Amino acid sequence: MTGSPEDGFEAVVVQRVGPVSARFTGVVKLSELVPERSITIRGEGKGGPAGYAKGGAKVTLEPIPGGTRLGYTVEANVGGKLAQLGSRIIDGFAKKMADEFFTRFQAAIEGPGAAEEKVADSGKSDKGWFKRLAAWLARIFRGGKP
Amino acid sequence: MPKDGGIGASTKRREDIRFLTGKGRYTADINLRGQAYACFARSQVAHGRINGIDTAAAKALPGVLAVMTGADFAAMGGNPAGWLVQSRGGETMKEPKRPVLAHGKVRHVGDAYAVVVAETLEQARDAAAAIEADITELPAIVNMAQAVADATNRVHDEIENNVCFDWGWIEDNRAAVDAAFKAAPHVTTLKLVNNRLVPNAMEPRASIGDYDSGTGDYKLYTTSQNPHLTRLLIAAFVMGIPENKLTVISPDVGGGFGSKIYHYGEEAAVLAAAKALNRPVKWVADRSESFMSDAHGRDHETTIQLATDLQGNFLALRTETLANVGAYLSNFATVTPTFLHGTLMAGPYKTPLIYVNVKAVFTNTAPVDAYRGAGRPEATYSLERVIDKMCRELKLDPVAVRRLNFIAPDQFPYTTPVGLVYDTGNYGATLARLVQIGDLKGFEARRAASARRGKLRGLGLSTWIEACGIAPSALVGALGARVGLFDVATVRVNATGNISVMVGAHSHGQGHETVFAQIVSDRLGVPASSIDIVHGDTSKIPFGMGSYGSRSLAVCGSAIVKAVDKVIAKGKKIAAHMLEVAEADIAFEDGMFSVPGSNKAKTFGEIAFSAYVPHNYPLETLEPGLEETAFYDPANFTYPAGAYACEVEVDPDTGRVEVASFACADDFGNVMNPMIVNGQVHGGVAQGIGQALLEAAVYDGNGQLLTGSYMDYAMPRADDLPMFTVDHSCNTPCTHNPLGAKGCGEAGAIGSPPAVVNAVIDALQRGGHSNVTHIDMPLTPARVWAAING
Repeated sequence: MTGSPEDGFEAVVVQRVGPVSARFTGVVKLSELVPERSITIRGEGKGGPAGYAKGGAKVTLEPIPGGTRLGYTVEANVGGKLAQLGSRIIDGFAKKMADEFFTRFQAAIEGPGAAEEKVADSGKSDKGWFKRLAAWLARIFRGGKP
Repeated sequence: MPKDGGIGASTKRREDIRFLTGKGRYTADINLRGQAYACFARSQVAHGRINGIDTAAAKALPGVLAVMTGADFAAMGGNPAGWLVQSRGGETMKEPKRPVLAHGKVRHVGDAYAVVVAETLEQARDAAAAIEADITELPAIVNMAQAVADATNRVHDEIENNVCFDWGWIEDNRAAVDAAFKAAPHVTTLKLVNNRLVPNAMEPRASIGDYDSGTGDYKLYTTSQNPHLTRLLIAAFVMGIPENKLTVISPDVGGGFGSKIYHYGEEAAVLAAAKALNRPVKWVADRSESFMSDAHGRDHETTIQLATDLQGNFLALRTETLANVGAYLSNFATVTPTFLHGTLMAGPYKTPLIYVNVKAVFTNTAPVDAYRGAGRPEATYSLERVIDKMCRELKLDPVAVRRLNFIAPDQFPYTTPVGLVYDTGNYGATLARLVQIGDLKGFEARRAASARRGKLRGLGLSTWIEACGIAPSALVGALGARVGLFDVATVRVNATGNISVMVGAHSHGQGHETVFAQIVSDRLGVPASSIDIVHGDTSKIPFGMGSYGSRSLAVCGSAIVKAVDKVIAKGKKIAAHMLEVAEADIAFEDGMFSVPGSNKAKTFGEIAFSAYVPHNYPLETLEPGLEETAFYDPANFTYPAGAYACEVEVDPDTGRVEVASFACADDFGNVMNPMIVNGQVHGGVAQGIGQALLEAAVYDGNGQLLTGSYMDYAMPRADDLPMFTVDHSCNTPCTHNPLGAKGCGEAGAIGSPPAVVNAVIDALQRGGHSNVTHIDMPLTPARVWAAING
């Protein structure tokens, strides 16, 4: 993964969606950044003949007694072979990915152990870029300079 | 009793021996020396502007011989629409150029914009994936109503509101129809969708281009229902190859259902690539390509209104339809929703006033064209559904209402208010037969039995008619057809008495090789085993217009009869010479030329031999040889009709519909081979049940095809279908062709969807769900459950 919060990130991810497995060249852009409140993450991944995926997440933070409630809405659009073969499962897949992300995000912020059970099945090759992105986000949400 | 192997015998299909033993020869089975392989790069977006296509990386890959893009074909002609349709105001339809490969814009997911030719298929695929297309995605135009309302987004930049034409049939009748509606005691209105279907022929499309640089001859092997039309389109419109320098061969073809009538860009691309590389170039579609790029079927949104009196007499009918033509006009796309649809809205009924309005709409979806039934299923579905709804509204018996409105047997020939002249029919007879074979009187007992098992049982009817035997050239020419629709046969009697019959119809599952041989055998009195049917090769056959529209028997079969009659006439001349009598004294029967009242006779074989060994012929008056060609152009369409009854059981807890029984009483005119006719009806009804309950091609709002594989597109399977009860004993032979045949290929797919849907609505109504008056196809468990649970 390369990039910065201002310019966006680029990453190459090998991902399997239902019957389609492909190497996605992805671009992620962050916008509508309100420190300690919310951020919009938009991404697009091109998988060559496998098609493409586009999507976004609106993430909000809300103080609650004893911590912070993280809310998010995710939408995903797919095209090409991904749509033809994987549309049936894409919403479920997007939800699964988002759940994994935020579970691990929680773990990254709160430290190991907080969500260890939930991330037990992750451990993918994308951990490196994930960690770095999570670190960026964590700093943003804490209101600090990235 | 029919003659053994003659007309009317249930002769087993001779072609099945090779099909069932793996000896069929399909395009994909053909491999030419030195052939290279093509793979097409196809758009992943529904609508986009092509800024540039970078082929450098693809060209650098191993084994790549050529990469061609839309720009390389821009100078070629467009693939035209076969019919010119006029809008209500008199303006001509919009006909955007359909290029070989997309150029400037891509207009649907699967729109091919480049082709790679490589030494191996794998290399071609890898290189196609390496093509970098810079395409700016544009808003996709998917929904028809939005497409028509949208003043800015256009599938074709030059076509406002994405409307191809706005057709009124018959425009002069509109005012009278509207007046009748104003005065009518009762009006039933129904809005419905005729769901979009993917044809799903068992064999995907495939083409091999070949070029002989020594002679300048092109050869195209391709999966076509219609090789001569393909040759004509490529030669005269797209590539400008002289027609006599192009041979099109359609070998065994594994089903078409309409989707292989048309010329597709891949055919021109492999021919051009073959010439450029001086090597044969082969392309075989994979199933995903078929889903994306074969011409789809149906896709109408219709509002139909029926005006009646309170006894159920039909007073007037009017419809408004949006017909999706997809991104480009496929060859029959303009005639299917118009002259194959609007002209059928009379059905078998004497409705005096009818007006049909159809707007054809461009969208960013695959082209839509004729699919088994082509327009006629859409007409029949609308009509039979609105009649059913009217019967419920007025609490009338659907059998009695149909009888009340049928054209009576003594009214033929009958001129309909939508421009057809039905030559013959007896709709009351087929309905009476249906009541019998479907045991309609026993329905109530079966319903009670279903109820005891917790199931809702319903009975649905459909009395359908179609115009087929396509088509009288004079009539269709007056209506805008750019081609004639005759057919052709050559009967070649060899010196040793066996026969080759070259026919313009193409067999891709119909059984022509068996049935056409039965006809010739019957007429000539020679064994069917000595007769071969040759089809699908423009270098062997004089001409032909292919197979679609249930035309093969009625049109090409009639050409065969005409050619056989010429052979008999010539045989009589030869016999008169050999027997030294006047030609008028010769009679021909059961393979024997004889002089009645004498023992003078010559067998068919002796005549054939003499024709090729003319040692003592008076050459001024008698020409050697025994080969005759006939072109047959029908005087009218043929009008098969029938009555169908479907019983369903609906599970009220899950919404699942099971087809419990399906009965068909059809009038196909004279039947040549009852077994093959049964098979055609079985296949057609299975396809109709598929449309009614299972199948739907779905695009999302971005124009992505969501049903791109068999995981998401449900085809009917054996366990979705009951045993069919099929009867074709109520025959009123066609009055204007020599076989008296009407055609049966599309019948099942036309008559069955409304019967299924009427049955489901009946089941729900009887089960107390009186608010459910319509559910759009396909009637999946989810849709039925949602209707039940309101």
